Formats: sequence, structure tokens, C-alpha cells
Amino acid sequence: MLSIVFATLIKMVIILGFAIALAAVLTWMERRQSAMMQDRIGPERAYLLPPRPGETLGRLRLWGLIHPLADALKLATKEDFVPPKANRAMYAIAPVFALAPVLLVFAVIPFGPPVMLDQLGHVLPRAAGELNELMAHSAAAGQLHQLQVAHLDIGMLFVFAITSLSVYGAVLAGWSSHNTYGMLGGMRAAAQMFAYEITMGMAVMGAFLVYGTLEPQAVVQKQAELGQWGVVLQPLGFLLFLFAAIAETKRAPFDLPEGESEIVGYFVEYSGARFMMFYLAEFVEIVFAACLVTTLFFGGWQLPGLEAHGFSFWALPHWAVVLIQMLTFMAKVFFFCFLQLAIRWSVPRMRYDQLMKLGWKGLLPASIINVVITAGVVLWSQASTAVP
Amino acid sequence: MSGAREKGNAMAKVVTFRRGLWEQLYVPELVRGLGVTLRHFFVNTFGSREIVTIRYPEEKRVYPERFRGVHRLMLREDGSVRCVACMMCSTICPANCIHIEAGEREDSGEKYPVRFDIDEMICVVCGMCVEACPCDAIRMDSGIHMPPVEQRYEALLRKDDLMARGGRSIAVQGGAGPDWREQYERLGEARAVYDRKQAYNKSIKI
Repeated sequence: MLSIVFATLIKMVIILGFAIALAAVLTWMERRQSAMMQDRIGPERAYLLPPRPGETLGRLRLWGLIHPLADALKLATKEDFVPPKANRAMYAIAPVFALAPVLLVFAVIPFGPPVMLDQLGHVLPRAAGELNELMAHSAAAGQLHQLQVAHLDIGMLFVFAITSLSVYGAVLAGWSSHNTYGMLGGMRAAAQMFAYEITMGMAVMGAFLVYGTLEPQAVVQKQAELGQWGVVLQPLGFLLFLFAAIAETKRAPFDLPEGESEIVGYFVEYSGARFMMFYLAEFVEIVFAACLVTTLFFGGWQLPGLEAHGFSFWALPHWAVVLIQMLTFMAKVFFFCFLQLAIRWSVPRMRYDQLMKLGWKGLLPASIINVVITAGVVLWSQASTAVP
Repeated sequence: MSGAREKGNAMAKVVTFRRGLWEQLYVPELVRGLGVTLRHFFVNTFGSREIVTIRYPEEKRVYPERFRGVHRLMLREDGSVRCVACMMCSTICPANCIHIEAGEREDSGEKYPVRFDIDEMICVVCGMCVEACPCDAIRMDSGIHMPPVEQRYEALLRKDDLMARGGRSIAVQGGAGPDWREQYERLGEARAVYDRKQAYNKSIKI
């Protein structure tokens, strides 16, 4: 019992540490990357060691990677302003509602293959039968661990249930701050998130029909079994899901709820540490969307050519395979974070009516058509294999 | 940029275009846009940097020869102010930022400014005062910006502040006079200095 708690704690530290650290890096990357895309320099001046006498630029700047630290320090020490007529309790709880759901959903994201602790030093057998036997043996001994905080059979349903909660963060923040602009921003956010949540669910429905499971770890393994990543089987589903996920995380070109500089968003009144929570939540959402895309459509922790026993030409011990696959997962997630940032700095913002039109009249019907066609194909292939 | 300026005489024309199916699909065009921005990203990150930003305190742009900076008051051979308080500069100043109070020199009885104040916060840096000055007393060729100040009164430069950056002018006080030929030769020297500066500026990539 204690070992399970301990193992879960370690897994939580790994995935949340990865998510939050990456989110912090993303706050810097967003600015630096956009600067590079626009022929500017971007933030690179924060330093760890003070400048030498006579110089203006500090030392140990690490390309500006110190900036997230400096920002956090700045925001934490800023005044925590509460508008006089705000609903204080709701005002305090709204940032928690924004941040907690996005951290919760990381519980079901598989960030590595099943680990057999008693086999870590050995090279696993090539034959599938032997491997399954070994796994069963390991599981019986309590040595088999899924690299996933919560191994839920309803995994993806849990994800959608929890992400829909993050609407409350936006609406509560807008409503409780007693600011009309904030209120309108919250309403915009709510309408947008409702619209795109349905598309998001529908878009992955096709993928679930193909995989035949809702459990994320099983989804990843199914992609390995099929020998094809989800993006090949469900290209339309992938695109729809990516768009819906970007809209769901309120990023450009769908960033109307926030509209950093032009339209005032739902967290106008927030400052200091509470604003930091919204800001962090936004970037954790990017990581989370990247995790979902990776898991559902890009084979999760699978590296093409790498089996449980290592590469076909180079056998590796179990621990090395696990490590490489975890790093593969992180690299894929990083790539999709990069892609989301790149999309943000390449595409102009949509108008609100265009956004709603795209959501209800464009993406939703397309996702339903995708589900129907996929269901037909799956049914046809099952029927053709079942009947000789 | 220059192309647009050349076509400046053309009538403004509203161009409307219908988006075809390809554009309406959004994704191909999105990928094309991503191609443009990512090309910049990779060139600037890993390739030859095309970044236009100048990191100001460390790098400075080389200013053109006739850059108008903070004013300075030129000096005579004996170190006194060249200005004869003729009020030409304060008269022509469109922003009314020059305030002069005239006095009389004890030796020659010539006019001179007892006070000469320029409010650099009001100054519009047009350079009219320099153009108007008949005796090369006020110049804006110090080559430096007005440094940032914390209080407004710190931007009000007094005569001493303005003279601190002053130098000797090669122009003859009260005009060239009969020995203009000699003055012309000295002007030639100045011309050589000017040419050297120009060559230096050209050698630096701006």
C-alpha cells in the first residue's frame, strides 16, 4: 500500500514538475520565439550574476531563461488588489478554478511505457508471448507500474469532464471582480468554451472508435499495435481537435476572451500572485493540449523503431528504453507547444461572430461527419473480417 | 517602402478579391503563414541573424553628421560666450523655449546674455535657432540626446550648462571682415575635418 502511494507521488512529481516547468519556460519562450519570428531579440537581459564594473549587461543570462524567475518574483511581490465592490470569496477562488482543473487532467496522461521494476536492469524478450507472460508475472508481484498517475478506464471522459470545469474560472473571475469589461470577457470565454468543447469531444470520438478504448495508456499501445499513429488514421479528427484545443485554451487566433492588449479580458482586475495563477494556467493549458494531441494522435511515448527490447539492431536494457520513451513523449509535447506558439504569432485574431460561426457551423458539423464516416468504416471492416 | 513612395501619385484603388475554396479551407493558408514566420524564426535562431534590434546601452546607432542633439553655446578665444544676445534664436523659436536676458560687456560695451535658458522639454529640436544665429553661437551638434531627468526643472539648461559643452568656433566674431581670405583658408581646414568624418561614417555599417 505504502509503495503504491510512494510510486504515485513520484509519478505526480514527474508529470507535474514537467508540466509546470515547461509552462514556466513557455512564458519566456512565447516572448523570445515571437521576437525571433519578427526579427526582434526578445527578453534576454535578466541575469544571475551582476554586470562587471563598467558594463551594463549582467552575466549568466542563459539566453533569457532567467526571465520566468524574474517575472514570478515580480508578480509575487506586487500588490494583490481586490476591487472594493468585488465578491471577495469568489474573487479569491476564481484563479484556483482556472488552475486546478488543468493540473488535474495531467493525472491520466501516460508519459511512459509500463515499467516493471524487477526487470529494470534486464533486456526484455522480443517475443510478444514471453513479454506478456513477464508482464503478468510482474503485475502479480506488484512490480508493474503504469507511468500515469491514475490508471482510469474512463480516462478521456475524465479529461473532458474536468476541462469543462475550467469555464468556471473564467466566468467567476469576470463576474466576481465587479467590472463590466471583466463580466463581458467572462461571458465571451464561456460561450467560446462551450462551443468548442463539443467539437473537441466529437473530434476525438472518431479516434476512440478506431482505438476501441478510452484509456489513454491503452490508446497509446493501440497505436503501436496498429503500426500507425492516430494522425494517419484520423487526419481530419486531428485537425479539428487541434483547432478546438487551441480555442479551448483561449489562444490566438481564438484569444477573444483575453485579447491581451486590445480587448479587455475576464481577469482585468487581477494583479500580483492571483494574476500569476491565471497566467500559469494559460500556459499549463498549452502543455496539456500538447499532451493530449501527442497521446491521441501522435503515439504518445512511442518512438518509431523502438520496441520494449530496444531497437531491432541494438538491444537496450528496460530502464534505458523507458527513459528514451519518456524523453520522446516530452520532446513531442515540446514540439506541439512550439507549434501552438508559432500559430499564435502567425495568424491574426478572428472576429467574435466568425469564431462562433466557425465553431458551430464549421467545425462541429465536420466533426460529426468525421464520426459518422469513421463509424461506417470501422463497422465495415469489422463485418468484413468477421464474415469469411 | 521606396517603391510605395514612387507610386505616390497613383490614385488610391480599393482591391477586393474573392476568397476561393483554397483560402476558405484555412489550413493550407495557415501552413503557408507558418512557413513564413518559421523561416524567420529558424534564420534568426540558428542561421545568419537578420535581427534589426539595437541593444541600446551596449550598441548605439551611428548618427548622421547633421544630427541635432542637445544645444551648446560656442565660446570666444578668451572663453567667454560668443552670443551677442541679438534674440534671433528666441524670436524664431517656434516652441518659445529660449529665454535670454541681455546685458552689457564691461570691456567693449557689446551685448551679451546675462541669462540664456533653454527648456529642453519644450524644445521641438527643429534647429531653427541654429539657422537664425548670425554669429555661430548656438549649435545643436553636440551629438548627444537630452539625458533623462527626474524633475522637469532639470531639463531647463542654464547658460553654464550650455557653455560647458561649448567649443571654439572657426567663424570670426562680427563677420569675416577684411581678412576673409585668411578665414577661407581656415574654413578649408574645417572642410578637411568634415570630409574625414564623412569617410568614417561611411566605413561604419549603420
